[in-house]
Amino acid sequence: MSWRNFLLVALLVAAAGMVLPRVLENPYYFFAGYVVLQYVVIATGWNILGGYAGYTNFGTSAFFGAGVYTAAFLIKAFEAPLLVQVLAAAGIGMLLGLVTGYLTLRIQGVYFAIATVALVVVLETVVHNSDYLGGASGLTTIAPPAPAWFAGPTQYVFCVMLVLALVAVGIARAIEHSWVGRSLRAIRASEPAAEACGVPTLRMKLAACAISGGVIAMAGAPYPYYASHVDPLSAFSLTIGLNALAMPLIGGTRSWIGPVLGAVLLASVQQITTVTISSEFNILAVGLMLIAFVVLAPEGILGLVAELRERVGRRRATT
Amino acid sequence: MVFLDLALNALASGIALGCIYALVALGLAITFGLLHIPNVAHPALVIAGAYAVVLANMRGIDPILAALVLTLPFYAVGLAFYEFYARAFERRGRGNTLQSLTLFFGVSLIVEIALVVAFGTDLRSVSVPYVGRSFELGLIVLPYRFLVPALLAPAVILGLWLYMTRTHSGLAMRAVAHDERALSISGHDPVAIKRHAFGLATALAVLAGAALVIVGPVDPFAGRVHLGRVFAVVVLAGLGSIPGTLAAAIIIGVAEAFVTAFLSPSWAPGVAFAILLGTLALRPNGIFGTAR
Repeated sequence: MSWRNFLLVALLVAAAGMVLPRVLENPYYFFAGYVVLQYVVIATGWNILGGYAGYTNFGTSAFFGAGVYTAAFLIKAFEAPLLVQVLAAAGIGMLLGLVTGYLTLRIQGVYFAIATVALVVVLETVVHNSDYLGGASGLTTIAPPAPAWFAGPTQYVFCVMLVLALVAVGIARAIEHSWVGRSLRAIRASEPAAEACGVPTLRMKLAACAISGGVIAMAGAPYPYYASHVDPLSAFSLTIGLNALAMPLIGGTRSWIGPVLGAVLLASVQQITTVTISSEFNILAVGLMLIAFVVLAPEGILGLVAELRERVGRRRATT
Repeated sequence: MVFLDLALNALASGIALGCIYALVALGLAITFGLLHIPNVAHPALVIAGAYAVVLANMRGIDPILAALVLTLPFYAVGLAFYEFYARAFERRGRGNTLQSLTLFFGVSLIVEIALVVAFGTDLRSVSVPYVGRSFELGLIVLPYRFLVPALLAPAVILGLWLYMTRTHSGLAMRAVAHDERALSISGHDPVAIKRHAFGLATALAVLAGAALVIVGPVDPFAGRVHLGRVFAVVVLAGLGSIPGTLAAAIIIGVAEAFVTAFLSPSWAPGVAFAILLGTLALRPNGIFGTAR
């Protein structure tokens, strides 16, 4: 897909999203769709560090929670507009990414994953103990009336999240197709070799941490208006970290479309099982899907597609 | 005087807490520390062990005794589990971090939901004669439901340490962490040794489960609280160091107890992780570890 086609598709999706609130009556679809889009942003952000550079971030909810609480703080302190909240959350997320990057420069693999888990608990404890942010019981954050076009607050945050998702995917795609993406891939393949070839591995890792953190935190910013209430338990939930890692894995981590596919697929399955069966079976479905994909299709859907293409190609070559 | 009282009691309960953490982390010290398998499902297995102990206790069996018997079926489960893992990954060459983490996370979700389906989400506990009574020594007061499981830890760790250093198969287990190739040249099957080690780690989960359920009631998701902490203990100890695991767990337990006593209980969960982040940033090989 060339840049022009990509932009065209993105514009079409955005336009369709903007028209949707005028067509679809039931706000529930927007309520559920918001979660799916939120995970598109999270999975895409995660993949910049986890997929391209191969650094498994287990603490996605630290960045998400930081975004949520940045927004909640701005609402409480200044009643700042949503755009300011999103930008501030992205800034805080980037800063947090940089700090994480600096703290973990010397460690790789599982150690990096563990360090990011630690980050979640430390942040959660800090929020827990901060009275201004509501402590353990949380803060109530009522959204101001949405612009008339969107028919309701849920539809409004849905459309905001749609735009954020498109921005996130655009960023991921731009990184993937540039020298930045190439050097991250080199780091993933072999860090010493990349260093030897003149890739500034340290700076690239920090950049990846910062961009990934910024995108994930951005996904948290509209959450206070979406849920009308923020508390540490849901903002720093383990489920977010788990989904962030599962979705790119299911879709495929090598390309920007992988996390999008994985997020849409897994989040939809979760939303549907939660409504139709029970929230417990939703977790079970995730567990089974994870194991099935890891064992049968470790490169995700993208890997399956590539394999299929290769097979078809080979068959053509032999006949 | 009040200060001394508080400090002594914090120290005592911190050490007891640390011993219990060590017990929970011990299985991971083997799977992650020696075999380099990031088994994030271990805390869920510990809780599964706790539920097995609860079942036995409902028939009037002492929880620790029940746990000792239950180590055998858990050992078998561990063998089967490793076989599955090995078939899924190691045959294709080493699975990467992301994939094995994801696999074990999937397993832990399934264990949790299996427990929810079988037992519901209510808290479950065991009844033992010593619950409600306390051990008193001067200023120190320590409930027996803390003390008894805490004493289990040094015993188990001593046993494990003797096994690892004095027996042939224990030595082989440590050797597999160093050099698989050399081990197979000397006539051992590294896969069989790893399977045995994984079985052992899973068997330790049921002992840890018994300790946890004596300390307090558990629910199916109770393992999540321990997930980060046990990794903190193992990393802090330095990979594969069994006595180090006890020492690191006690450091974390005492730090948590002091924060609880002098600051506020709500700050306690962050302590282990602040220590962990510091360790990873300054001494990635752990306090008791040797250079990798």
